[in-house]
Amino acid sequence: MNKMKELWKRVTGFSLLFPLVCLVIVLVVNLIKTPDFFKISMNNGVLYGYVIDILNRSSELIILAVGMTLVVAASGGTDISVGAVSAVAGAVCIYSLIGGASSSVYRIPYVLAIVLGILAGTACGAFNGFLVAKLHIQPMVATLILFTAGRGMAQVLTQGFILYVRKESFKFLGNFLPGVPIPTPIFIATIVVVLTFLILKKTSLGLYIQSVGVNRKASRLVGLNSSLIIFLAYVFSGFCAGIAGMIITSRVYSIDANNAGLNIELDAILAVAIGGNSLGGGKFSLAGSVIGAITIQALTTSLYAMKVTADQLPVYKAVVVIIIVALQSPIVKRWMKNIKQKLASSRNGKKVEA
Amino acid sequence: MMNENKPLLTMRHITKTFPGVKALSNVDFTLRAGEIHALMGENGAGKSTLIKVLTGVEEMETGEIYLEGIDHPIINRSPQEAQAIGISTVYQEINLCPNLSVAENIYIGREPKKFGRIDWKTMNKKSSELLKNLNIMIDVTKPLSNFSVAIQQMVAIARAVDISSKVLILDEPTSSLDEQEVEKLFLVMRKLKESGIGIIFVTHFLEQVYKICDRITVLRNGCLVGEYETEKLPSVELVELMIGKEIEDLAKLSKEENDEENNEKKEIVIDAKGLGHTGTIHPFDLKIHKGEVIGLSGLLGSGRSELARAIYGADKPDQGELYFKEKKLQINTPLDALKSGMAYLPENRKEEGIIEDLSVRENIIIALQARRGMFKVISRKEQEEFADKFIDLLQIKTSSRDVPVKQLSGGNQQKVILGRWLLTNPDFLILDEPTRGIDVGTKTEIQKLVLKFSEEGKTILFISSEIDEMLRVCNKIAVLRDRKKVSELKGDQLSQSNIMKAIAGGDTKDE
Ligand SMILES: Nc1ncnc2c1ncn2[C@@H]1O[C@H](COP(=O)(O)OP(=O)(O)OP(=O)(O)O)[C@@H](O)[C@H]1O
Ligand SMILES: [Mg+2]
Repeated sequence: MNKMKELWKRVTGFSLLFPLVCLVIVLVVNLIKTPDFFKISMNNGVLYGYVIDILNRSSELIILAVGMTLVVAASGGTDISVGAVSAVAGAVCIYSLIGGASSSVYRIPYVLAIVLGILAGTACGAFNGFLVAKLHIQPMVATLILFTAGRGMAQVLTQGFILYVRKESFKFLGNFLPGVPIPTPIFIATIVVVLTFLILKKTSLGLYIQSVGVNRKASRLVGLNSSLIIFLAYVFSGFCAGIAGMIITSRVYSIDANNAGLNIELDAILAVAIGGNSLGGGKFSLAGSVIGAITIQALTTSLYAMKVTADQLPVYKAVVVIIIVALQSPIVKRWMKNIKQKLASSRNGKKVEA
Repeated sequence: MMNENKPLLTMRHITKTFPGVKALSNVDFTLRAGEIHALMGENGAGKSTLIKVLTGVEEMETGEIYLEGIDHPIINRSPQEAQAIGISTVYQEINLCPNLSVAENIYIGREPKKFGRIDWKTMNKKSSELLKNLNIMIDVTKPLSNFSVAIQQMVAIARAVDISSKVLILDEPTSSLDEQEVEKLFLVMRKLKESGIGIIFVTHFLEQVYKICDRITVLRNGCLVGEYETEKLPSVELVELMIGKEIEDLAKLSKEENDEENNEKKEIVIDAKGLGHTGTIHPFDLKIHKGEVIGLSGLLGSGRSELARAIYGADKPDQGELYFKEKKLQINTPLDALKSGMAYLPENRKEEGIIEDLSVRENIIIALQARRGMFKVISRKEQEEFADKFIDLLQIKTSSRDVPVKQLSGGNQQKVILGRWLLTNPDFLILDEPTRGIDVGTKTEIQKLVLKFSEEGKTILFISSEIDEMLRVCNKIAVLRDRKKVSELKGDQLSQSNIMKAIAGGDTKDE
């Protein structure tokens, strides 16, 4: 009983409750509108269904949101370059794999190309980290550089063409592994989340990041290397963008430098916010961001399921997002607290009477 | 006397609960026009909360507030609203804008205008004058963050004094001021009092209360103990009312008469040779022996904190050498100092001390964790033990070890940071105003702790604006003037008058 209470306190304490409620609401609305929403079927040896689709499609977003969470927590700023960086990573991977034209022959081993792609993403992250942590440039401005220049760099590699990899094995990462019924991205996202969680848990990095995010000066005096920690957060975000880039390119077995990961950075930032994290830095919850990412994808998928067209989609999404974010604002929270207090006191009053 | 004036401000049955804490229960408070009214109580008694409720920073649950001239109960929803009806406040934690200039901070929200635009010239001139009244001569166009906590406090006071029209509230305004500045402040307060303004004054310094206050209201654990006339309440009784029990004479704290000869023979822990940091402290020599408590004294801006910062590497020294336990030490960052066995409690609690969103537990263990490195995680169980140990030792008043430290009262936050550094068990401990904002009872406890530490062979560098306190704990006092170390006093030379002379520039002999 006490344990439950403690658990409940923890959940409500970090307002994980709220993101969860959002997700549940989105799902319930779906269930009403689309009765077969939760149906999962087996077709050609793989699983199909809206739920699988949501989890599958949200994978990149989850991975990016994990990196974004740490960036926000440590520096109180956002990394708006992650979409462009994932395009860079994808371009590096495919270019090193097949060269500057669509092809079905690998020049180097597939695994090596993936490593190169992820390295490219990580290097971009290091660049951002250097600007923010060492040169003290505003995160938004610092990452704006790669936000605009990143796609250009990818274009240089692809020379403006969409490069296709016509080989079955290239599709594994973004679709299905032979004989496995669950989409591969779900595994990758799970691995990234679990690994990050373990690293934060098994080292004191999580505490350091929060400390630096809350008070950089005080953190320095207690012996933390604030710059290094912020730098690492950006490096990690670039690393995550690299992995996301691998999934994105594999899904469509091609790289389109103009459109790969377009606008996904906004969804990633939103995921962090919906997850109950303060965009001002400091305390964070990875689980919250993951739930946030799934919520956003669930919203997108369900709007499609309700036959909203792609060009109308942003409007509906915006409305829902406004509601979610407004509900978390301190002012609304205070109203809710007041209401709760009034309820509690009237209950207490009754007890006294009885 | 003006004391018999009718009430200016009346607060009745004020109640305020925070999760897990009843901060105020059914408190009454009355302020009359033209009086200075002390609000006293231990750390966490509810003084700041009462003020925050009055000025609209916090919402009260029940209670009524009346202000003279307004015929219905007032409710302030924000400090701006309070200001608009004539109540101005200096909060315990300075909340000005460090990036704005001093003048902007004083006039923010009420800038003098000329042809619809901000009249910078007038603003700067008026600000200078206001500060000059408080004896502060500084360039008001410089950003506030360029100045020490004490000056920042004076700026906040200047702003509030200038705004106040009926009620002026000062929540521990003197905590980092030295005697001269306190005197100046008192002059200004007396002037305001004569013009009929009521002043609420929160402080932990008894002698200040007896010097300037007409009445005293005492709070204990969120409850009203009573209202008294200062003249009729001896200070011993006042302390008893505050802590709720009889006490041994707190003033008598025996310093182990540390044998000077003996000390000099002991190992040298700190040996600074021409150490300096351009712009903050001129090169200085300083030798500290094992087990010594050495004090730093000097006026505001004399460089006492800056000297300490150079040793710890908070400002990386760019001149001279530092030997720590007879080994040359290259300090690039505070972490180097921490790892070699130093600890540094900074002066500015809010900006450099507390990590406000982290819990009390995390705030206590963070320095030890940083020292151990990120792969040697202190287990949750150990963390809880450490936290509980210091909550107990320093009597930190908190509803749980897991609440964010920002929810603690000012004095209790200070204790948390002190605990943080004691936990690292340093060989050399720098304490810059360690008892700032700490109540009388606990202050003695902390001074005792410092002495006990030195008996255990630890070395301490102690900075305080209170000369009394310095005399109580220090074996030796180094005096600074104009960012230079000018002399050292020890043994028989340690007396209030000698120190004052040295600070002011008298001719005490240099070492
Ligand atoms: N925002 C808050 N959330 C929760 N508890 C709070 C909050 N603010 C104050 N408290 C609690 O209310 C009590 C009274 O605090 P308050 O700051 O009024 O004390 P104080 O008398 O000003 O003490 P000090 O001398 O240390 O400044 C304390 O126990 C404190 O922990
Ligand atoms: Mg207080």
